[in-house]
Amino acid sequence: MKPILEVKNMTMDFGGLRAIDSLDITINQGEIIALIGPNGAGKTTFFNCITGIYTPTSGDIHISPPHGEPQRINGLKPNVITKKGLARTFQNIRLFTSMTVLENVMIGCHAVTKAGVLGAIFRGPATKAEESRIVEKSYSILEKMGLARYVNDLAVNLPYGAQRRLEIARAMATDPFLLLLDEPAAGMNPQETRALDELILRLRDREGVAILLIEHDMKLVMSLSEKIYVVDYGKKIGEGTPEEIRNNPAVIKAYLGEEIDA
Amino acid sequence: MTAKNELTKSLMASIWFMFLTFPIMVIRVNTVTDTIEWRWQNMFAVGFGAFFLSMLWRYLIRKKEMSGKKDSQSRKSPIYQVIRDQKFALPGLAAIAVFTILFPHIFSMYQTNIMISALIYVMLGLGLNIVIGLAGLLDLGYVAFFAVGAYSYALLNLHYGITFWIALPLGGLLGAVAGIILGYPVLRLRGDYLAIVTLGFGEIIRLVMENWNEFSFGPSGIANIPKPGFFGMELSLHATTIYIFYTIVALVIFTIFVINRLENSRIGRAWIALKDDEIACQAMGIDKARTKLRAFALGATWAGMGGVVFAAKTTFINPASFTIWESVIILCTVVLGGMGSIPGVICGAMLLILLPEYLRDFGEFRMITFGSVLVLMMVFRPGGMIENVRKTYQFKK
Repeated sequence: MKPILEVKNMTMDFGGLRAIDSLDITINQGEIIALIGPNGAGKTTFFNCITGIYTPTSGDIHISPPHGEPQRINGLKPNVITKKGLARTFQNIRLFTSMTVLENVMIGCHAVTKAGVLGAIFRGPATKAEESRIVEKSYSILEKMGLARYVNDLAVNLPYGAQRRLEIARAMATDPFLLLLDEPAAGMNPQETRALDELILRLRDREGVAILLIEHDMKLVMSLSEKIYVVDYGKKIGEGTPEEIRNNPAVIKAYLGEEIDA
Repeated sequence: MTAKNELTKSLMASIWFMFLTFPIMVIRVNTVTDTIEWRWQNMFAVGFGAFFLSMLWRYLIRKKEMSGKKDSQSRKSPIYQVIRDQKFALPGLAAIAVFTILFPHIFSMYQTNIMISALIYVMLGLGLNIVIGLAGLLDLGYVAFFAVGAYSYALLNLHYGITFWIALPLGGLLGAVAGIILGYPVLRLRGDYLAIVTLGFGEIIRLVMENWNEFSFGPSGIANIPKPGFFGMELSLHATTIYIFYTIVALVIFTIFVINRLENSRIGRAWIALKDDEIACQAMGIDKARTKLRAFALGATWAGMGGVVFAAKTTFINPASFTIWESVIILCTVVLGGMGSIPGVICGAMLLILLPEYLRDFGEFRMITFGSVLVLMMVFRPGGMIENVRKTYQFKK
């Protein structure tokens, strides 16, 4: 298996606070990896570093896209990183609320289309073709996500679970090879979480994207992921299969605290 | 809330108003006889007035809250339904076209001139709509680009004898350049901070024009700017007014056409995404800097062209025409009309320019009416007169 994302020795400081402390993470093609840890462990900061919202203080982030050159992506702008094939969702839903569901997904196609100002004004054959192509593509993504009946509704009016799925749909429209999901099951009821479980598996199996997942729902994490990384206070305290993590004393300590011998 | 509660609140409001207006409405010193007159009847008038207005206010607010939160997409404002319905749209457009063509022939030259100003503001409003309504960048110095356009025509004509029709695209271009010059330093800013910087930029342009005598002739301005000629022919004053009227109508139609196309394009969607959520917008692969600069440049283009028309219409410009007040009015047309909505901005501009003009008979009540309309609109229809409705797509199931 070929690694598609390699993070080596990455550190992120905010002033005197070390949010991420020399973290190493590797993701192979077609894997589902989970990143877990208590609140404030630095999981979202890790996502923000990889996707270019923050520039890590030190360390290397290398990607090797399935159809492209391996390269280092530290310090690139978020939009450039998205173009290279890393797409993400957000912990607190960040949809474009004044646009329709379809338009939200069409925005995701921005990176892979190129109509400019003049194209938009004159609306020549190339622009028209591109436009109808992204409408079709966006609709088919919405169909796969089970959101087709909301096509023309405003994104803000969708039920909560559907908004979460729309975030994933929008990210998929950027044609990623690696999808970063930040707490996709947060606030979902058990049925919705089960549906999400199937959805993530389907994305990996049919669309061939690797998935890195931050999640607090342990049932989901344990059933989905092939490998789990556990971080606490920015440090990696464990990695391995779900079975190994479940029996790792350091992990149990981080989550439940130490036993006091009375 | 009970009825008793409502009554108490209105009563409190009326007592408060009576107290506040007591010194000016009730007491009056008669300087001739050196006595104090107590005009108690005024106090009762204020009290009753405040009481009923407060009741009315409360009633309308409640009615608004009862109607619930329905979004514009599902409610489908009647105006949009009419516009999008082929049955009404075509005859409607034809009626507007006939009215526009006949307008300068039916009405007096005074009316035509007012209409030209209103149409210039429609153009400015539509341009600012790109920056504020679509891209969500609060620009309080928009009038600076208007000034750039007006001064480019005036100065280019004065020094190089450049005519109106060549100055028009040049004015737009220079406006766009000014937009990019303003855009670069404010790329990192948003919201309030952006508003303050753009406000400053607008004032800088005005102050430069006012003080740089060698370049812009200072506060005395530039006079005798030629009106547009018709293929080299000199026209009478009446004929030029009509000619400018048709020119600005054509320009407004052109503006509507371009902005309508932009709004539902890849570029327009990127603007709206930028307005809704900057971080998510970048995460979708949109280049934030480029998208912002495009919005500033394209918005300023219309202001530049509007400025050229303005200079040609008034034949005289000086910095006093480009104060912050103008920026505020243009901003109001966008907000009042409906952010991001083309018909909204057109109605907003027409209302805001024509209303004060026709309210001249009311004298000092003119501005107070104007202000009240703005406040009431914002309370009862915060989305503007005609809210924007996004394009819908049809799919075969």
